[in-house]
Amino acid sequence: MSDKTTMHQPLDEVPPPAVAPLDPRLLIREEGFKGYLTEFKRKLKGGELGSLPVILALVIIWTIFQLKDSLFLSSANMVNICYFMAGTGMLAVGLVFVLLLGEIDLSVASVSGLASAVFASLSVTHGLNSWLAVVLTVLTGIAIGAIHGFFFAKIGVPAFVVTLAGFLGWTGLMQWLLRGTGSLTIQDKGLLHVLGQRSFFMNQSIAGAYVLATLGVAALLIGSLIDQGRRRSAGVPFRPTSEILVRTVALAIVAYTAAYVLNKSAGVPNALVIFLATLVVCDFVLRRTTFGRKVFAVGGSIEAARRAGINVAMIRIQVFAISGGFAAIGGLFLAGQTYTATLQAGTGNLLMLAIAAAVIGGTSLFGGRGNVWSALLGMLVIQSIQTGLDLLNMDQSIQYMITGAVLLAAVVVDSVSRRTQRSSGRA
Amino acid sequence: MSATPVLALRGVSKRFGAVQALTDVELEVHAGEVVALVGDNGAGKSTLVKTIAGVHPVDEGVIEWEGRPVHINRPQDAQGLGIATVYQDLALCDNLDVVGNLYLGRELLRYGSLDEVTMEKRSRELLNTLSIRIPSVRIPIASLSGGQRQVVAIARALIGDPKVVILDEPTAALGVEQTAQVLDLVERLRERRLGVILISHNMADVTAVADTVHVLRLGKNNGAFPVKGTTNEQIIAAITGATDNAVTRRLARNAEATQ
Ligand SMILES: Nc1ncnc2c1ncn2[C@@H]1O[C@H](COP(=O)(O)OP(=O)(O)OP(=O)(O)O)[C@@H](O)[C@H]1O
Ligand SMILES: [Mg+2]
Repeated sequence: MSDKTTMHQPLDEVPPPAVAPLDPRLLIREEGFKGYLTEFKRKLKGGELGSLPVILALVIIWTIFQLKDSLFLSSANMVNICYFMAGTGMLAVGLVFVLLLGEIDLSVASVSGLASAVFASLSVTHGLNSWLAVVLTVLTGIAIGAIHGFFFAKIGVPAFVVTLAGFLGWTGLMQWLLRGTGSLTIQDKGLLHVLGQRSFFMNQSIAGAYVLATLGVAALLIGSLIDQGRRRSAGVPFRPTSEILVRTVALAIVAYTAAYVLNKSAGVPNALVIFLATLVVCDFVLRRTTFGRKVFAVGGSIEAARRAGINVAMIRIQVFAISGGFAAIGGLFLAGQTYTATLQAGTGNLLMLAIAAAVIGGTSLFGGRGNVWSALLGMLVIQSIQTGLDLLNMDQSIQYMITGAVLLAAVVVDSVSRRTQRSSGRA
Repeated sequence: MSATPVLALRGVSKRFGAVQALTDVELEVHAGEVVALVGDNGAGKSTLVKTIAGVHPVDEGVIEWEGRPVHINRPQDAQGLGIATVYQDLALCDNLDVVGNLYLGRELLRYGSLDEVTMEKRSRELLNTLSIRIPSVRIPIASLSGGQRQVVAIARALIGDPKVVILDEPTAALGVEQTAQVLDLVERLRERRLGVILISHNMADVTAVADTVHVLRLGKNNGAFPVKGTTNEQIIAAITGATDNAVTRRLARNAEATQ
């Protein structure tokens, strides 16, 4: 078999299989709806809960608050929830990256507070152009994250200690920046204007919400169909059209309902639009780029990633830089809510809320499992609780206790589902 | 066989704290040659593999690549030269699916984003040639059996265009049919004029495919034998260090006499 013609063929195109590649014991999905259901049940048993617990929790929370206060499900309140979840959500997005590595960043809230102070002092005290100040602020966050990453990846200090030190240190720097005045008023212009409470997509036009919903639904449908076509022509398994339609219709129902509800009030807050766009971009980065693949690999097995030629230290530094950057962006969002940089920014339960959001949404604390959409789902839960408790005039003490309990519940679900996944070979 | 070995180790030593894992080890691999590396448990075979693969750099000695001394300090260095390694502990990411693991570190791109479709297609073809049944190339590695994982690890080494393939006990967990496929694969690699280093405890496998057998004992070279003209007993004697007893000497003399 030494004919020279085979020499330069790629290795993956050699002899035919000796056994049928398909395992007869494999549980093949039946076609159509019934198959969809059986697959769903099997996944549940295997601990692949996906987004189900969150959606269930959301329904329960909304029902309870609606029963307590009939204004809860009103359009105005929903707009409120959507607006206020964007800021903390940005912190949660950064945390998702860090959690995927199996690490934690305890500094995000304090970095977000520092970012608002940095922005205020740049744009107000030093009179810098508002957009330039935004860029410098975000770069500050990225640099801070990279410093954390450096100490963790290169020096070998555990991430939670580095970021705990950062938590204190950056709060101190913020207080130093705001020394004397204690707070700075930020001008309502540039990006901060877009992030304000009265800034809505397409200027409150009714069409705005529907344009967004249509964009989302169309993107899903077209993307799925293109993917199906490529897979079909390549001869690899593809999603049946029925499933694509079910998914698209499901998204359409959610998106158009949301658009309808928000439109009854002022429409879609621009802060939410930016948050959603960020999620789309981050989802792409994590699932469709080599960088994202490397993040998952490092979260799954550091040694395997290293041997595959991945520069683990570099990935770690980059991920912490991303987390720092999102913390800064989140800080700007939070500052935009009140147009002030105060000593209170980034304090209280902000850190816990951000971590809770990421974990509630389904990103595992143990690394290697999760997605950025968990920041959205988790924030919906968290912000609903916050807003609901505010509506009911609950004391902050109660809010803290409830947030703590919710975080604990999320972590318990994460740990338990990891155990079931282990025993059914999925983790 | 070409004159300059594609890969050569000259006086390589490696220490782990109090353990001298490798002492002055010499090894040559030529293009189109299958070198078997044998030795008892703890002899230092895997350590040798890892020094070549860049998992841990050598303490002393030189690694030569196509006649030139090279520094292999990181796995990237070895990959850059064209060394593909199947580790004894497989080194797969449990949370990634089969395709993700196969292409980890050298993903195929299409318009700058991952080309999942092509990667999936090639993965299926590649796994088929290794005669392994895998439920789906889209399930996480964690759900595969030991042997299935091992085949994935072997397939991993074939993606890219290596010049030297190192297989550290590739058939340890495999069934009869899959072992045969891996041995066939080793022969195909030789036909394509790749250098292969094969580590195995199974003498039958070794003598079936190898050209040369290098014995490692307590971290030192303990003889290199051409497979043709060497008996299993001689190799086993070198492995166990029984080279110097009367029986083996007699065996060796008899073998010489019969040639
Ligand atoms: N990372 C390490 N740290 C410390 N000692 C090590 C390390 N890796 C290997 N060793 C030691 O080096 C020696 C050789 O180990 P190695 O794994 O190379 O053996 P081996 O020949 O591959 O054995 P086996 O046939 O069991 O796979 C052993 O004594 C082992 O304890
Ligand atoms: Mg070994």
